[in-house]
Amino acid sequence: MEANRTADVQSNVAGREQRSQFNAYRALRLLETSLVHVILVIGALAFIFPFYWLIITSIKSNSELFIWPPTLIPRTVELFHYGDALQEVPILRYMGNSTYLTVLNLIGVLISSSLVAFGFTRYQAPGSRILFAALLATMMLPHHVTMIPLFLVFRALGWVDTFRPLWVPAFLGNAFFIFLLRQFFVSIPSELFDAARIDGSSEFGQYWRIMLPLSKPALTTVAIFQFQWTWNDFLNPLIYINSQSKKTIALGLQDFYKSQTTVEWQQLMAASVLMVAPVVLVFFFLQRYFIEGIALTGLKG
Amino acid sequence: MGALNEPMVKPSFFKGMRGRDTLWFYIFISPWLAGFLLLYFGPMIASLILSLTNYSVLLPTKFVGLYNFEQMLKDQLLTISIWNTVYYAGLSVPLGTVIALLLAVFLNREDIWGRSFFRSAYYIPSIMPIVAVSILWIWLLQPRYGLINSFLNLLSIRGPNWLGDPAWAKTGLVLMSLTGIGTSFVIFLAALQGVPRHLYEAAELDGANAVQKFFNVTVPMISPSIFFVVVIGFINSFQVFTQAYIMTEGGPADSTLFYVLYLYRQAFNYFKMGYASAMAWFLFIVIVILTYIQFRLSSRWVHYGS
Repeated sequence: MEANRTADVQSNVAGREQRSQFNAYRALRLLETSLVHVILVIGALAFIFPFYWLIITSIKSNSELFIWPPTLIPRTVELFHYGDALQEVPILRYMGNSTYLTVLNLIGVLISSSLVAFGFTRYQAPGSRILFAALLATMMLPHHVTMIPLFLVFRALGWVDTFRPLWVPAFLGNAFFIFLLRQFFVSIPSELFDAARIDGSSEFGQYWRIMLPLSKPALTTVAIFQFQWTWNDFLNPLIYINSQSKKTIALGLQDFYKSQTTVEWQQLMAASVLMVAPVVLVFFFLQRYFIEGIALTGLKG
Repeated sequence: MGALNEPMVKPSFFKGMRGRDTLWFYIFISPWLAGFLLLYFGPMIASLILSLTNYSVLLPTKFVGLYNFEQMLKDQLLTISIWNTVYYAGLSVPLGTVIALLLAVFLNREDIWGRSFFRSAYYIPSIMPIVAVSILWIWLLQPRYGLINSFLNLLSIRGPNWLGDPAWAKTGLVLMSLTGIGTSFVIFLAALQGVPRHLYEAAELDGANAVQKFFNVTVPMISPSIFFVVVIGFINSFQVFTQAYIMTEGGPADSTLFYVLYLYRQAFNYFKMGYASAMAWFLFIVIVILTYIQFRLSSRWVHYGS
């Protein structure tokens, strides 16, 4: 009895100690969790706040723009800066040009890169390994090495100040996309194609009716990246386009900034919002393909 | 009928298969093969030849041997542009990598609320058009009314005249580059999800704290990704162009005259295509050597798992 009670008391004490230890541990855990959340929130603010600032600057009044401290929530909402910007420069024309180039680049890159990736995935041939190594090597080649000779070639063809230098290359495949698609294509069982071949399907039939329908996620990833690159590209339009009427939105926006003698910040920000909006929309509808695309290529190096 | 015939035709059919495969291989890859020859290989050779000439749109072309490369050694602006580029890359790549890694590690914890929100928030600035972002940052870095200096003012720090001050312009551009680390962040996040849980559990049993777990488990396990991000980061920041072209035009006092910006000027403003090609080849060689050295070094300390 006596012994039993002592044991009881002892276990009680041990239990209490354990419980208080447990509570201390939980409190520490909670503190750590909150601290991590605070860091993450500060990080998110640092990343997102500039874009909030972009939007509210585009609707602030002139007097509100230059006061200190700056107002975090605009007192006035002046949407007319958008109208002014559209009047000042042909932004819609620029966006139309960029859209036109984006569509052509998408068509070109989706057809050519998937065909080439199919070739590299499905067939063994003399030279196929060396050519694949060459493909990977071109991914390392800085654009600036080929930029000057390409300019001379396109100039000789009379293509300067036309859209052609900005979309024709897309129809000749893109090493990065070929690599990305091949990574995806090798995961599709080859039995499917062997079966189709025995059933009398042609090689193009296998590509068109089996590979492409099964690769919609990878093709979407390619399309998203290409859209983003064409829409955002600055260097190539800068080199090739001179006429006002042929400028892309990236070139037009830069031109808008450079041409102002006194900077109209609201108009500039309004024009920037218009350029950014399609990218943000595409991101929100298709964001998982962005992430998958990076995982598919980035990790494999 | 067809099925009955098959065994008999098989041997020759198989031989024919190889030839057919070769044919189809070259048919399918022909767009890229044409592109490789016309857009990469040909221009690469042309660029090498150009770099040995004084080719300029205005003058008759002459073969000058290594003259362009000799000139590069004497070109003071070139030296400045190399220094600027190295300075920029040396700051923005390590800082960006550390921030991306820390954010990914924090976000990878099990007790995080709103994970997809944070992931989008960190990723989205990196896909924004660089022209729009540049113009936004000119405004953010405005010395008096800019958001950055207003914030510093709140902490009673007098912010510099960022883009107007040769001592601060590069730092301003580095600051801007830090918001574009989304891709590295996503690469790290994916790598972290591949680290087996049991390694952390084992470390916990051994009494390791969070910091020890980070350095002894996380970093070695995802070192291939860290390595990849750093190499790509250097290659990309050696080619920084658009921000400087738009925001500072290489100024003030050439403090943001980066290598590719200088190359662009030589080629398209002064039309010294030969000299610019020599510069482009120098950049190419640097990138190749850098990649090679880092890959060699990496085999010593990078953990590639099994």
